[in-house]
Amino acid sequence: MRMKGNGSMSPVPLLEIRNLHVRLEDEPSVEILKGIDLKIMPGEVHSIMGPNGSGKSTLAQVLAGKEDYEIVEGQILFKGQDLSDLGPDERANSGIFLAFQYPVEIPGVSAMQFLKAAVNAKRAFEGQGELDAGALLRHFRAKALQINVPFEMLKRNVNEGFSGGEKKRFEIFQMAVLDSVLGILDESDSGLDIDALRIVSEGVNSMRDGTRSFLLITHYQRLLNYIVPDRVHVLIGGRIVKSGGKDLALELEEHGYAPFGVNESAVASA
Amino acid sequence: MTSTEEVARLSHERREYKYGFVTDIEQEFASPGLDEGTVRFISAKKQEPEWLLEWRLKALRKWQEMTEPTWVFLPYGHPPIDYQAISYYAAPKQAPKSLEEVDPKILETYEKLGIPLSETRALLGIEGGPETPAEARRAVAVDAVFDSVSVKTTFQEELKKAGVIFCSMSEAVREHPELVRQYLGSVVPYSDNFFATLNSAVFSDGSFVYVPKGVKCPMELSTYFRINARNTGQFERTLIVADEGAEVSYLEGCTAPVRDEHQLHAAVVELVAMKGAYIKYSTIQNWYPGDETGKGGIYNFVTKRGICKGDDSRISWTQVETGSAITWKYPSVVLQGDRSKGEFYSVALTNLRQQADTGTKMIHIGRDTKSTIVSKGISAGEGQNTYRGLVQMNKGAHRAHNYTQCDSILIGDKCGAHTFPYVDIRNPTATAEHEASTTKIAEDQLFYCTARGISEEDAVSLLVNGFCKQVFSELPMEFAVEANKLLAVSLEGSVG
Repeated sequence: MRMKGNGSMSPVPLLEIRNLHVRLEDEPSVEILKGIDLKIMPGEVHSIMGPNGSGKSTLAQVLAGKEDYEIVEGQILFKGQDLSDLGPDERANSGIFLAFQYPVEIPGVSAMQFLKAAVNAKRAFEGQGELDAGALLRHFRAKALQINVPFEMLKRNVNEGFSGGEKKRFEIFQMAVLDSVLGILDESDSGLDIDALRIVSEGVNSMRDGTRSFLLITHYQRLLNYIVPDRVHVLIGGRIVKSGGKDLALELEEHGYAPFGVNESAVASA
Repeated sequence: MTSTEEVARLSHERREYKYGFVTDIEQEFASPGLDEGTVRFISAKKQEPEWLLEWRLKALRKWQEMTEPTWVFLPYGHPPIDYQAISYYAAPKQAPKSLEEVDPKILETYEKLGIPLSETRALLGIEGGPETPAEARRAVAVDAVFDSVSVKTTFQEELKKAGVIFCSMSEAVREHPELVRQYLGSVVPYSDNFFATLNSAVFSDGSFVYVPKGVKCPMELSTYFRINARNTGQFERTLIVADEGAEVSYLEGCTAPVRDEHQLHAAVVELVAMKGAYIKYSTIQNWYPGDETGKGGIYNFVTKRGICKGDDSRISWTQVETGSAITWKYPSVVLQGDRSKGEFYSVALTNLRQQADTGTKMIHIGRDTKSTIVSKGISAGEGQNTYRGLVQMNKGAHRAHNYTQCDSILIGDKCGAHTFPYVDIRNPTATAEHEASTTKIAEDQLFYCTARGISEEDAVSLLVNGFCKQVFSELPMEFAVEANKLLAVSLEGSVG
């Protein structure tokens, strides 16, 4: 059961973005996001599609709380609460997860050690004590099984020497381990072969339970064959120029971004 | 504000130095100043044999002709040390003969520091406590040096059964004069350098270890150095001899009270590894570092050297240096025996206005000798961190090999990292590899951690621990756990 939110009876959206204007702190003359409005209800999957440079990744990073950006105007509400005063760690602990487009290597820190720190940070945030080693391991094993990642991955250093596919799968695994309610996937499909894409998608689908929501940021329609979105938005030049159902993605696949005045060859090269 | 600016801003906030308390006991001092009378006073206090007094006096005369070296790289410099204003001997008034006789206040001091002087099979460490996994708990024999004297050495009886001698230097001079006489100054001669020569003249106590032929020492040995008295220098001397085929792992830890004036710590450590012997020497140095303006703190000017005397012997230095206002030391290995191995694993952290100029010397003499150097420098706050290392391959060092890796990490933008590697190869078949890197705590790494819910402070500590993993993995396990904690504590001021 899902209620579309446009009446007074609607529940609180999980994420609501109102007229969001964003610029780079170091380059205040360039506005990257020029008035975004977006509402994601609990359980919904939304996709933002657009050519490179349209502001997709900026939106993802702003949601996660990256400090290089300045919100000039507008609001981001998560579960009805303004996020602007929360740092990235507090946002994560509140249930927002950003799956990075380029996951970062952390030399000398095992995935196990890293996730232990993350899980316990979240527990502390929720006023709970640290999880003991046994409970932690059981939790990791269960999630590794669910997301279909080899448990051995946890013994390696975070993202160090991971293949592109392994990095993306590890992101989804972390999202499952942290039990986040809003997953923002920043081009999690890029650079994946078809098998890796399927594993990543199945991992995400296994987390869909009617309350968790996802925002899929992607360039290509391909991912949406596996994770079927409720809504598709086209982001171009920092604005959402069109929104629609899942068919919109197919339209884009067929006609590209040219109908929106975008030069395709420039896009393909990036 | 970006995260590194944030880090730099907060680095001025003073971190907690939890070992900064003073123990109030009756002590006996030598009056400040250094001349022949001082040396005779110390020697008489210790009822030393004539040969040792003569050795000390030779050192004193040599020292009086020397001048303090100035080649160390200290961007902030330091006020001149007035050697005549220092007291060269401080000891608790009651000389204890057994644990029962040790002043309870001293026992309490070591308890506070987490160093058990009773022979319970408890953990020795910087912190100790229930969090440490049970398998990490095993017996560690401790020699506790309080200012100028050793107050207690534990597990001596149990070690004796294995034939291992572990006692204070004073006791060794009394009980094993032939061994001391044979090896004292054999690696670091009394005339070696300004500070080692000073130490030779006035050294008060320290630890002595002898592991006989073929014996693997049944437990970790450790010395815990505590400076307590004001206006006093600590000049301890440690000598470890591993006879043919012997093995020993030894650890030293150090703390001192918070004081506004600087205090001098000029120690000498000598290691001798005979044929097939292995000595592993680990240091966790956490002397009081001074405050954020550079006031107070220990001057840690130490000479450490080991000789791989026999073939197939091995000496490994591991150091975690987080304390002291100034650290100036180069634990070195002379690779004399063929196929001998020298190792140096170092983490040096400078925060506040700490300055460290540290590294190693690997002197290859024998054939097929190998040395490994892994140095990790962490600079935070206004800390200045210098790696200085010498790799020397002598003419006869056929096929000698060295691998050096030297990494620095900068936290904030008011600190510095500097590297001075010297390589001197005189044998065409000898080879040396050198890798070096300097990085900042990367914004993207920090963001990746915080985006997973980890606070910025914990993220920095996690990243730095990852950076140091290669060195920590060389520490005995229980100390690796403590080193991790110590690093986090030492970085506390740097992220808020």
